Parts: sequence; structure tokens; C-alpha cells
Amino acid sequence: MTGSKHPASAATLADPVLEIRDLSVALPAWADRPLAVKSVSLTVGRGETLCVVGESGSGKSVMARSILRLLPEPHLRIAGGQILLDGEDLARADDRRMRQIRGGEISMVFQEPMVSLNPLMTVGRQIDEILEVHTNWSKAERRRRVIATFEDVRLPEPERIVGAYPHELSGGQRQRVMIAMSLVLEPKLIIADEPTTALDVTTEAQVLTLLKELQTKHGTALLFITHNFGVVAEIADRVAVMRYGELVEYGPAAEVLEHPQHPYTRALIDAVPSLVPRKHPKPDATAPSESILMVRALEKTYGRAASGPNWLARVLPGLGRGRRSAVKAVNRVDLEIRRGSAVALVGESGSGKSTLARCLIGLEQADAGSAMIAGDEIVGLSRSDWRPLRSRVQMVFQDPFASLNPRTKVGDIIARGAILQGVNPETAMDQARTLLGLVGLDARAAERYPHEFSGGQRQRIGIARALAVKPEILIADEPVSALDVSVQKQVLDLLDDLRRQFGLTMLFITHDLRVAAHVCEEIVVLKNGTIVERGMTADIFANPQHDYTRTLLASVPGRNWQRRGHPEAPAPLGQ
Amino acid sequence: MSTSFWIRFLGNPRVLLGLIWLGLVVIGALAAPLIAPVDPFAITGKPFVRPMDGFLFGTDSLGRSVWAGLVHGARTTLLIAVIATLVAVAFGGMLGALSGFYGGLVDNLLMRITEFFQTIPSFIFAILLVAVLSPSATSVVVAIATVSWPPIARIVRAEVMSLRSREFIQAAVTLGERDFVILFRQILPNALSPLIVTGSLLVATAILTESALSFLGLGAPNFMSWGFMIGAGRSFLRDAWWLVAIPGIAILLTVLSINLVGEGLNDALNPRLRTP
Repeated sequence: MTGSKHPASAATLADPVLEIRDLSVALPAWADRPLAVKSVSLTVGRGETLCVVGESGSGKSVMARSILRLLPEPHLRIAGGQILLDGEDLARADDRRMRQIRGGEISMVFQEPMVSLNPLMTVGRQIDEILEVHTNWSKAERRRRVIATFEDVRLPEPERIVGAYPHELSGGQRQRVMIAMSLVLEPKLIIADEPTTALDVTTEAQVLTLLKELQTKHGTALLFITHNFGVVAEIADRVAVMRYGELVEYGPAAEVLEHPQHPYTRALIDAVPSLVPRKHPKPDATAPSESILMVRALEKTYGRAASGPNWLARVLPGLGRGRRSAVKAVNRVDLEIRRGSAVALVGESGSGKSTLARCLIGLEQADAGSAMIAGDEIVGLSRSDWRPLRSRVQMVFQDPFASLNPRTKVGDIIARGAILQGVNPETAMDQARTLLGLVGLDARAAERYPHEFSGGQRQRIGIARALAVKPEILIADEPVSALDVSVQKQVLDLLDDLRRQFGLTMLFITHDLRVAAHVCEEIVVLKNGTIVERGMTADIFANPQHDYTRTLLASVPGRNWQRRGHPEAPAPLGQ
Repeated sequence: MSTSFWIRFLGNPRVLLGLIWLGLVVIGALAAPLIAPVDPFAITGKPFVRPMDGFLFGTDSLGRSVWAGLVHGARTTLLIAVIATLVAVAFGGMLGALSGFYGGLVDNLLMRITEFFQTIPSFIFAILLVAVLSPSATSVVVAIATVSWPPIARIVRAEVMSLRSREFIQAAVTLGERDFVILFRQILPNALSPLIVTGSLLVATAILTESALSFLGLGAPNFMSWGFMIGAGRSFLRDAWWLVAIPGIAILLTVLSINLVGEGLNDALNPRLRTP
């Protein structure tokens, strides 16, 4: 095994809290490989952060869960090796002992805070329950401790939040509650399984800072699982890289990030899009290109604006919260996109970027304003009036697993759009085969079904489908956020190539500034349905005008790591 | 259907048991004129002959062969149940699909109609329908279909609603596909598995309803059926138990088999929802 060569420094750690020796976890007989985790050896020292990095299917989560024995036995079971917590082997501990350890000595923070919290219990009570099980403190003592922990994780108004239900909190607050829950018994080790993946960038940055601070304060060891090298650069002391259940590289963070030994690690690090903004394309000598998409004062409101509270809420004011008030998802947006340009629409969840895109492609009807595609008004068009315009604008969807009909052959999926435009089926199928070649797939893929392809390949099929009708504008709605890191860059480069080849205009929706910088020359920053800043990517990165843009830039994890050697990358705040 | 589906489906011992019994019933029903070449209403012997005493399953109060009644009855019962189910699935499926796809006013209207049918106690409604339409094979089919379509409509509606928001449907919309094509070529094929499962279980309910109607004398006249046999034999229960027990056991086993196969279908089509 390659892992055994280099981590000499890691294996002889002075004061290990957790020591995993030759751990193997067996998969059920019908899986694609016999072992999910293949003789992995790791140590986590007191007060240090070990990041385990890997793509989906690398066995990193299974490894983490096997430490607490949270595997779905008997399908997945520990097949060999030891898990030593201060010398005690957890792989052989009985259930009673494991219950004491879970939460008490080792605790876990999961990825999705909404599903990890019980929606019918106040968050205070959920933490109180842990104390009730593990300690014999009085009710008042427990309450004091819960509030103190909430203060620790910097939840605003801890007294109030104790009585709040999970749905009343924001995503970041929920993850803070989860961290409070894992901290409340002062465990020796916290296992965090992609705790920031479901959060917005700005929230992610706050949660990472918080974790780091708490770790210094309490001296807790942290085993942090992630697929994001930016996050690794931000918090890791040491790094372990996993692939197909094996440890391929293991060592101090600085060393692994700067001088990766294993080709796989190098590939993963190279696949992280840099924060270096792309240069302007050479100014086109032919003509200043005309505008192809013109949006004026576009508005879209969700919820009921006009009706107000219902009759009962009017009669008994104060009783019941009533209906949520209307949300302006898109609020008087003006936007102009010139032919052949690539514009990134950047914003966090709830900024209205997807709604704006859906209005432009006719999946949603805007309430007011105007949007012209190459001179034709699209606001207010009926479904049938839209049909002739369909060949002008197409969309690449976010989730490659949901965006292809599982019961239709790939060739038919791609050819369908052209057939609807009146191309005869034979020709359309030939074009589909050509397109498959263009997006880097075999032409024979046309005869197969979507489930035979990986996520990245499916996204290529989705791109081919969008191109089949020869659109002028391509709207890409977070096309890589559901893909593995190593595939993301390939898909981005493909989009960039195709855009040049076909002279496409691209509207690229993303929450990730790295991705935006990689493919787009222009950036539009959206917040709460309004545009707060727009301009050339390079200008915005060099000199952001709006506070929110500055916060977004400063929140990108690992920006300092990537900044080295690239002076044109944005400086962090305060420098 | 992929190979893994058939392995999961046929590898289930309960499914095999169910399929074996159902196969026997279907063969018996198809081959009725060959294995019991007499009119089931014809008097073929002395009344109340015990089973295995010249007649395989004995004779009834008028001397009609119970065996002939059983296999010819299987024809009637199965035919009526299957046709009624198909009608219910087609009608309920169509209504549910429209309701789920268009939503809003259409959905509201169609679902209120569905609820109207669901609020009436179904068996009493079926009796009423047969009584009003006068007993005949057609009216039994109509009655059973009328009381069994609402759950189908509900299931298809829920399935269509969740599929409608999937990205591949949105992709079809952005390509300019027409509504009916989206509904029939993209949505319904993906909504098929719950429909097959519910449909197969509905056959069992239809058999029970048909038998109950025939028991009350509201079945198709001039067609022998299991429910009718039980109804005719019930007054001699103490003297000639086999008149009631044999068709009763046939109903029990058939309904049980259909349920086993239906559950097996469900497990095989949705492997992740399987309860061990």
C-alpha cells in the first residue's frame, strides 16, 4: 500500500486520542467491491484536526461511521483491525459501552442539520436529553449548561433559542445547534461528516472559524470529512486522502497541499478551480456585439401578497402566525447580456438567481417587467407562444441524476429537441451521435440508458441535449455543484470549449466564486432578488465595491492557499 | 423489466407460492370445459353426495357437481374481477394524471369528485348500483369499477405531482414538448410501478366484492360463481359443509395469493422500501 511509505511523521504522533489500525469494513456480497474501507491506519492527536478527503464512494464516511459503530449492520460490518480510543478497542466494545462513548467521548456532526434534528422537539430539549442520559445533574444545572453551550457556539439570544424548534432557525443556526450538541459533554473527539457542505459560503466560513476556535478553547480533537480542498486548506493540521477505500496519502497539511506525492492527490488539488479571474477575451475586432438578452425591471413574487391574513387571523390578531408574507424572489432586476459573452449570476441560496433563470427560460412566469431575447418579448408568453423561441435558449440542469428520463435511451433524449423543431428523426439521431462525440462520449452511448452512466457523463448528456436545438443562449443552473471535484473541472472546461466553438452566449448560475471565475468574464452578484454589483470578473475580484461582494470573496474557503503565486487573485479582507 | 427485477421477484418464496396457486386457478378457469365438461347448473347426480364419493367435491342440494361449479365459477369471478380492475385503473389513472399534472382548479375539481365517491361506503354503493342497473355481468363490472377507482386516482395523482417537478420534465418543457406527450411519454411510464402494485392488489378486492354481491344474489345471473355457491349452500352448512367450505377456501387462497404476489411486486419494484 502506498500509504505506508510517507506518513512516518504521522504514525509516530506523540499523544494520540484515536488510533485506527488496519481497519477494514466489509460491504455486502452484491456491492461492486468487497471492502468499503481497506486496512486503513490513522491517528488523531489531542487537539488536532485531521481532514479526511475523498470523492463520493471513497469510503471516507463509512470509515468515520465505523468509529462510532453506526454502520447499517449486518450489511456493512467491521471485518478487521482495531479502533483505539485512548487504548480501548471500540471495534470490540459491547453495546452498553458504545452508548456511553457516543455523545460522551466521541460525538458526531452530520451534513444536513435539518434532517439530523427532530422537528417535533425544541432544540434546547434535544440537547438537554443528551445531558439527561449521560449525567445525573438537576434540571436547572442542565439548563444552565445548555445555555452556556449555546453562548459558546455564538447563537444569538440563547435563552430564546433554547425554546425554538428546528424550523424556526436558519441553516447556519441549525448547524451551530448541532455543534453545540456535539460539544455539550466536552468529548475527546468530534467527528464532522461534511458539516458545511449544505451551507452557504458565508455561513460555511463562519462555521469553520467557530469550529477552529472551539477546538482551541476546549482542546478537542477533530476528525473532519470533506471533499473540498479549500476547506482542508482552511482548517486541517494533517490530511488523509482516500480513494476506493484505501488511504493513498497521509501527512501534514502544508506538505500534502504544497507537495502532493500521490498522482491522485495531485489530480484532486489541480481540479480545484483557481480563484484567478479569467482574462478578458481579446477585444473583438469585428463589431461591438449587440445585446442578445435584455431584462428590464423584472419581478417575480412568491406567496400571497394581496390577500393578507385570513378572516380568523384578522378576528383574533396575535393567534397563529398566519401565512408567510410574500417574498420578492426577483425584485426589479435589470440585466443586459451581449452576444457571445459569458456571465455568471452569483448569489447564495434565496438570492433569486435560479428564479431569474427560470423566468428567462419560461419555466416560471414573471409578474412584471420585460425580458427580450434577441428582440422578442418573453414575459407574458403562453406555453404555445414560447414554442418557436425554444430553439434560442436552452438550459443545463443542476442534478444529472434527476434531469434525464430513466426510461428513455440517451440518443432519444438528445434527439427529441431537434425533432420537435421539425428535423426528421433520422437526421436528428445522426446529430445526436455527433453531439455525443463533441461532449466527449462514445457515439454508441446513444443506444444505452441514463443509469449506465456516471454523474459527470450524465451531465455531458444534459449538455448535448441542450445543444441539440442549436440555441443562442445557454443557461447553466449550477451544472457542477452535484458532481465530484475531479469531474467538475472537466465539465466546466467542456462548457467553455463548446461555448467558443458554437459562439454561445452563456448565463451561468452558481454559488461558487471559483467556478464563476473559471468560466465567466463577467459577474453579476445577486442578493435577496436584487443585483448588488456587476462588472468584469477581474475588476470585481480586484476591487469589490459592495460589502456583500467583499464578504462573499472573503468567505471562499482556502483562498489564502490558492493566492500564493497568483497576485491577481483577490486579497482576503483587511489586507 | 430488468433481469435483477425478475431475480428479486421470483426469488421470493411467497411470490412463488402465490404464483403457483394463481396459475392453477387460471388454468382451471381456462380449461373449464375440458376438465369439467358439464353445465355447472345441470343436475348430474343425487343431492348431497359427499366429496370423493363419485364426485371429486361432492354435489349440492340439487345434485349439481361442486367441482364443475368451482372451475366454471373461477372463470366468472376472475373475468369480472380483472375487467373491473382494468376499468378502474384506466379511469382512475386518467383522472389522477390530469389532476396531478395540471394542479390548481382542475385538481381541485377532480379531487372533490373523487372524495365524493370515497365518502360513500363502497360495498353499499356497489349493491345500490347493481340493484339500480339490474343484476347482469356488465352491471357487476360497472359497480366494482365505480367503487374502486378513487384510490388509484389518488396514487397516480401523488406520483405525477412528484414527477412533474423533476428536472427531466422541466427539460422536456424547455424543449417545447406538448403537455400530452410529456404526460404520456415521460411521466406515466415512470409512475407505472406503484400503479401495477395497487392494480394487482385491487384484483383481490374485486374478487371479494364480486363474491359478496353474488352471495347476496346480486351477481351475474346464469353465471356460476364462487360467491353464488356459498350463498346457495349456506342453509345446509350443518349437513353439507363442503358446499360452503370448498368455494370459501378457493376465495381465501386466491385473494391471499394475489396479495402475496402484489407485495412481492412492490418489494421487487421498490427494493429500497423492502421490510426484512
